[in-house]
Amino acid sequence: MTANLASPNHLQLTRDGQLRHFLTLDGLGRELLTDILDTADSFIEVGERSIKKVPLLRGRTVVNLFFEASTRTRSTFELAAKRLSADVLNLDINTSATSKGESLSDTLLNLEAMASDMFVVRHAQSGAPHFIAESVTPGVAIINAGDGRHAHPTQAMLDMLTIRQHKGGFEGLKVAIVGDILHSRVARSQIRALNELGAEQIRVIAPGTLLPKDVESLGCTVEYDMAKGMKDLDVVIMLRLQKERMEGALLPSEREFYRLYGLSQDKLALAHPECIVMHPGPINRGVEIESAVADGPQSVILNQVTNGIAIRMAVMSMAMGGQMAERQQKQNEINERGLA
Amino acid sequence: MSGNDHFSGASLKITGGRLLDGHGSETPNSALLIRNGRIAAIGEAAEKADADQSFDARGCVISPGFVDLSCNLREPGNGQKGNMVSETRAAARGGFTTVCVSPETSPVNDSRAVTHLIRDGAYVSSPIRVLPVGALTRGLDGEMLSDMSGLTAAGCIAVGNGSRGVRNARVLRRCMAYAQTFGLIVMLRPENQSLAADGYAHDGLVSARLGLLGIPEVAETAAVMEMLLLAEETGVRLHLSQLSCGRSVEMVADARSRGIAVTADVAMHQLVFTEEALSGFDSRFHLRPPLRSEADRQALVAGVREGVIDAIVSQHLPHESAAKQAPLPDTEPGLSSIESLLSLGLELVQRGEFTLAELIRGLTSGPASVVGLNATIGQDDVADLCVFDPEAHWTPSKRSLISAGHHAPVLDRPLPGVVRFTLVEGREAWPGA
Repeated sequence: MTANLASPNHLQLTRDGQLRHFLTLDGLGRELLTDILDTADSFIEVGERSIKKVPLLRGRTVVNLFFEASTRTRSTFELAAKRLSADVLNLDINTSATSKGESLSDTLLNLEAMASDMFVVRHAQSGAPHFIAESVTPGVAIINAGDGRHAHPTQAMLDMLTIRQHKGGFEGLKVAIVGDILHSRVARSQIRALNELGAEQIRVIAPGTLLPKDVESLGCTVEYDMAKGMKDLDVVIMLRLQKERMEGALLPSEREFYRLYGLSQDKLALAHPECIVMHPGPINRGVEIESAVADGPQSVILNQVTNGIAIRMAVMSMAMGGQMAERQQKQNEINERGLA
Repeated sequence: MSGNDHFSGASLKITGGRLLDGHGSETPNSALLIRNGRIAAIGEAAEKADADQSFDARGCVISPGFVDLSCNLREPGNGQKGNMVSETRAAARGGFTTVCVSPETSPVNDSRAVTHLIRDGAYVSSPIRVLPVGALTRGLDGEMLSDMSGLTAAGCIAVGNGSRGVRNARVLRRCMAYAQTFGLIVMLRPENQSLAADGYAHDGLVSARLGLLGIPEVAETAAVMEMLLLAEETGVRLHLSQLSCGRSVEMVADARSRGIAVTADVAMHQLVFTEEALSGFDSRFHLRPPLRSEADRQALVAGVREGVIDAIVSQHLPHESAAKQAPLPDTEPGLSSIESLLSLGLELVQRGEFTLAELIRGLTSGPASVVGLNATIGQDDVADLCVFDPEAHWTPSKRSLISAGHHAPVLDRPLPGVVRFTLVEGREAWPGA
């Protein structure tokens, strides 16, 4: 028996199945994920204009609430919000409130008092955006910009957008994710998205110490030998290896990791000739990927960054739309009750 | 207690109830006469007797009062989380007449002075029996022996190390050898701390999906094996607390069959919930040991059914609300469980997971025999009783709970099982007192 709990979907979807928060890809169906990709496609064109703005979030305040350092994710969220005409406030909480002992709940109360409409949250603890979504006043949208080892749904969706651009779709695709799956929120969200969108094979390639227990239950197969795992691949996604993994007795050395699991030109040659190479960044050249591969013709790493802005614009506008629709619906119900 | 009066006279007659004596024997439509704090008559003799007051227990179960081997009242030292008044009253509402309290107070219960402080506090404020468990090591630090014999003389019923464990196997072996000298019961929660590390969830399906730091099953089973081997060698009376793994139940059964003096308990929430309870990041279910797989849950239930697990405990751990209001990994572990424990057990009975008699055994004679108490209903026995209506419903909510901890496992949903009254030595502990 399980506890009688609100599933993430009660939290992140409106009654009509629209997004109102974006916390995880768990429970989001193929239609909604495709909708996000299609919306993002329409925003790519905005980035190519000389005036790169649409007025969808005009008059709205978006707070980038980063409890963990990030350059790339935060700046693409900021750009995305600005292209949607929102006012943006960047808060690096790591160095301010929490170090003074203020609890997360209290920080949130203070920020809500500033009448924000959306929090983009990055946090070192899995589940922090869920906690925030449950605690904030109704009407404030929460976007997960990466929480602990749990999820990084916008990253996974920008990866899906990149794959779709290059491969046309997901049917029949063989995809591998290589490296530190255990600690990776990106990998968890990617595996979920690839399964939902109908990829044929999802392989994870890593040593036993970098795989979570029961990883197959996420919907993937395990391959310890990278040479075998590369066979016939259409997409290979490399994950960043944090230096501190050597200290926790998870790996003997960077050199050994590179020899076994680093993406060299030799190993890439084992995949399908049109296999694309992806990496959520920032890359460690010579640790998980050879420079010649990262900069080579099969690499789409820089496309990923461009797509990141479009995906974040899509998710932010959709969540704000869901919040507005819900507010309107509640208002209508109140009006009807008033008339009756 | 006819009408709304609290029971106050010298004698009380309870009639028409279904009497469960804690040993599996059951008499429908029975009667009890309680006089001067003891059972003065049972059955027909009680029916015919005159009494100052009477209670019509039709539809109710009359059971020995429940005994909890693992409870935290938070006094002394953690008044913001709970206190002797709130938590013992919550326990009485749950049908408990005796609670054994963890040495993890502040200061730790590692001296006669603290034991006396707890007992004196209970004497003044508690409607039920409070039996302290003394610290096994000084300061619960796992390094030096506590004054175990002195603690026992002051009233500790057993010695244990709470949730802190003893890291060093050599120290643990000496603790057991020393406790064995005095015939003391050593209560240990099996956890290998280097394997559990910073984890806060079962290392399994849900932790893989949600990216939670796992506590592997082997963190418990490796500790169980080590403790069983040390108990076998030292001959100590070992009690394993709060098992969470099916494999642990197998090891306990095996050790018993080889003649090792070991008993065990499980928290009610381990019999009801699984790792899936965390799938919405619900911090109430941040527990230690963590909720594990459905297979583990079923094996634990079977352990209770077959008597391998002697006792069902509350592992009641009240907190102030701030301790649970944070992202899951930053919250403190524990449930406020004692008030609704019976109700959760009755739901398991309704689902056919075990019988009412097996549930009552796990709450009465089972735990009582672990610590050498009596929990039976017989002629001249002390009248520690719980009378509950298994068909009536109540709804735990943040407002209705007595415990200072509002993180009960079920909130705002009706549960079966309302305790009509709890008697301790014939005196009303709930709802009056």
